[in-house]
Amino acid sequence: MSEDRTPSDRADVCVIGAGPAGALIAHRLAAASQEVVVLEAGPRFDPERRIEQMEDALRPSHGRPDVWGMGGERDAFTSSGERHYPLNHSRVKGVGGSTLHWQGMVMRLHERDFEVESRDGVGTDWPIDYDELRPYYAEAEAALGVAGASDNPFAPPREKPHPMAAFEPSHSDSIFAEACESLGITTHSVPNARNSEPYDDRSTCVGYGTCKPVCPSGAKYDATSHVGKAEAAGARVIDRVPVQRLEHDDAGERVTAAVYATPDGATHRQEADQFVIAAGGVETPRLLLLSDSPQYPDGLANSSGLVGRYFTEHLFAGTGGVIERPTRQHHVGFNTTESHHFYDDPAAGTDSGVPPAEADSADIGAIKLEFLNYAGPSPVETALTDGGWGDQLRDRIADTYGNSLAVGALVEQTPRRENRVTLDRSRTDDHGNPVPEIHWGLDGRTRRTIRRANEIQEAILEELGAEITWQVGPENTGPASHHMGTTRMGSDPGASVVDHRGRTHDLSNLWIGGSSVFPTGGAMNPTLSIAALALRTADRV
Amino acid sequence: MSHELTRRDAMAALSVVGASLAGCVAPSTDSDGGTDDGEQSLTDHDRETLSAVAEVLYPDDVTEIEPFVARYVAGRTSDRPEHATGIEDAVAYLDEYCRAWFDSEFTALSADDRDQALRRMGVDEVDPDPAGGDVERLRYYLLNDLLLALYASPTGGELVGIENPPGHPGGLVSYQRGPQS
Repeated sequence: MSEDRTPSDRADVCVIGAGPAGALIAHRLAAASQEVVVLEAGPRFDPERRIEQMEDALRPSHGRPDVWGMGGERDAFTSSGERHYPLNHSRVKGVGGSTLHWQGMVMRLHERDFEVESRDGVGTDWPIDYDELRPYYAEAEAALGVAGASDNPFAPPREKPHPMAAFEPSHSDSIFAEACESLGITTHSVPNARNSEPYDDRSTCVGYGTCKPVCPSGAKYDATSHVGKAEAAGARVIDRVPVQRLEHDDAGERVTAAVYATPDGATHRQEADQFVIAAGGVETPRLLLLSDSPQYPDGLANSSGLVGRYFTEHLFAGTGGVIERPTRQHHVGFNTTESHHFYDDPAAGTDSGVPPAEADSADIGAIKLEFLNYAGPSPVETALTDGGWGDQLRDRIADTYGNSLAVGALVEQTPRRENRVTLDRSRTDDHGNPVPEIHWGLDGRTRRTIRRANEIQEAILEELGAEITWQVGPENTGPASHHMGTTRMGSDPGASVVDHRGRTHDLSNLWIGGSSVFPTGGAMNPTLSIAALALRTADRV
Repeated sequence: MSHELTRRDAMAALSVVGASLAGCVAPSTDSDGGTDDGEQSLTDHDRETLSAVAEVLYPDDVTEIEPFVARYVAGRTSDRPEHATGIEDAVAYLDEYCRAWFDSEFTALSADDRDQALRRMGVDEVDPDPAGGDVERLRYYLLNDLLLALYASPTGGELVGIENPPGHPGGLVSYQRGPQS
């Protein structure tokens, strides 16, 4: 029997996108007795297939986007900026959204992240501060299930411990701890959205080691959890129904319907009192731009001209090498130690080994250091790519595995107006709509920040006596798959797309959830902030 | 020191690929390494060829290869007929190649000739591809399948210094501890 994908007769709220923001909003509103319909462009994945997906992830013959079915005409895009943007490596379309393939690191933004313009004179301040979001961070940590410890002296204030105890540090962490202590660098645990104990009917992590891109055990949080809760509370979730455009009333004040396509070629209109777009930092602005009308020729909710602009990422900076002792990598696929030591004051040196930066801290963005538990090639990876066999293969695997180590970093990107998502009208997707075009590049401040991260990483590895064998710096950096800024939040309708609640300035019943509303992104993995903002928005829809 | 592949290793290897554990939990294996699981779609010759390939691929000190491969393949193919077809076709191509160059099927060759046959066809040079040419599919369905089975199992991991290799749900203890010997 085919699934009914016709519209609901009555809906209080139509949510577009079943990733973490959409799922949390849908759940909260459905639990408050609202009639909620969720329209998801991608499929509902069978959880029974996750082991097979893990095999695909392990085998080199299957590309990373293949694991979650990304690519093809549906997901066509254009990258035309000074840096190539690998869009389909950085997102998943489907029920659960990109949490299906995420790493699961969940930190609160620091207080400075909400006021970068005031502090450093770059970017823009958020219309809310940390204290405003703080209670929602606590709710988000409980909702996702965060394993963490209150051992981070640089973290913003919190009200109570994390829902679960942090994962114990790794053997590799203990090696780094010695070097960091010598250098005066403070390290601490990583808050993880994965179960260190049974939580919310999901099991403890069992160490498959393939968290990104797939957790077969379900110990890592993904948004299918809150999709399920939303459905249990009465929400209706329809998969494989990409929304083509939004329609508005004659006055141009309210959205009246989401027009969506179904797999059998039909087109339907879902009407509702309120609409929430939660389709990620690329598809959300794309949908607004696709929804142009005679009244809004530049796209919906775009009177500021900023829909799609300020596309902001985090950059990866990394330095790795080998040492003369076993480092025991790849037993798990997540990290257990990090450092925010250089987050608020990235230019400062330490008393015992890390020199200060040549630039002022205002000229360098935030840096979050990560001590990897999966440095170097894994044995399985080498076995399947080497081409050889027998004793020689075993020896090569043993040689390449065992004493690698690496320090990674997330680096703040300074928002740039020219970094943007537009429509490429020369190419169309499987429904004849112009594909998203990504214009993305780096400014000097971001390059300086990457270089500063490299300096700190080199100091740590040199303290260990490591032979540095690779480095990801300003020239070969890549994005961390965090799509932010394309419908930025602000108080001034001329300088932002949504207000502090997440409601568009232009249309009174159109809301946006997700990291596209971030005015700036700091250097923290964004999903906890996405979740906190989503819960806050849900209270205001 | 020998490294004996056990039923636990076969179960671990099957868990990596989401396959049926039927071949592992069946009560016994018969004397020639087959299983009494009735779901198998491969022939005895297919299974013998897989074991012969594994003997080339696996390090010399790995023992109990034949029952390990028999258990693994039984589970691997029992509910994945398309994968069984891929293996059958790869075995057929391997035999065809060996008959052309060595006048024998792969299983009848000496250990050195088996190694040479694989190298001669260039399987070590091509990328594995389940939808590729004959050699690319052979790399995917025979070589990489058997290498994945070994190196994602606890015994295979220990060969290279990791008790909990990626793909194996080996828990949360091993990552915390230092080297064991």
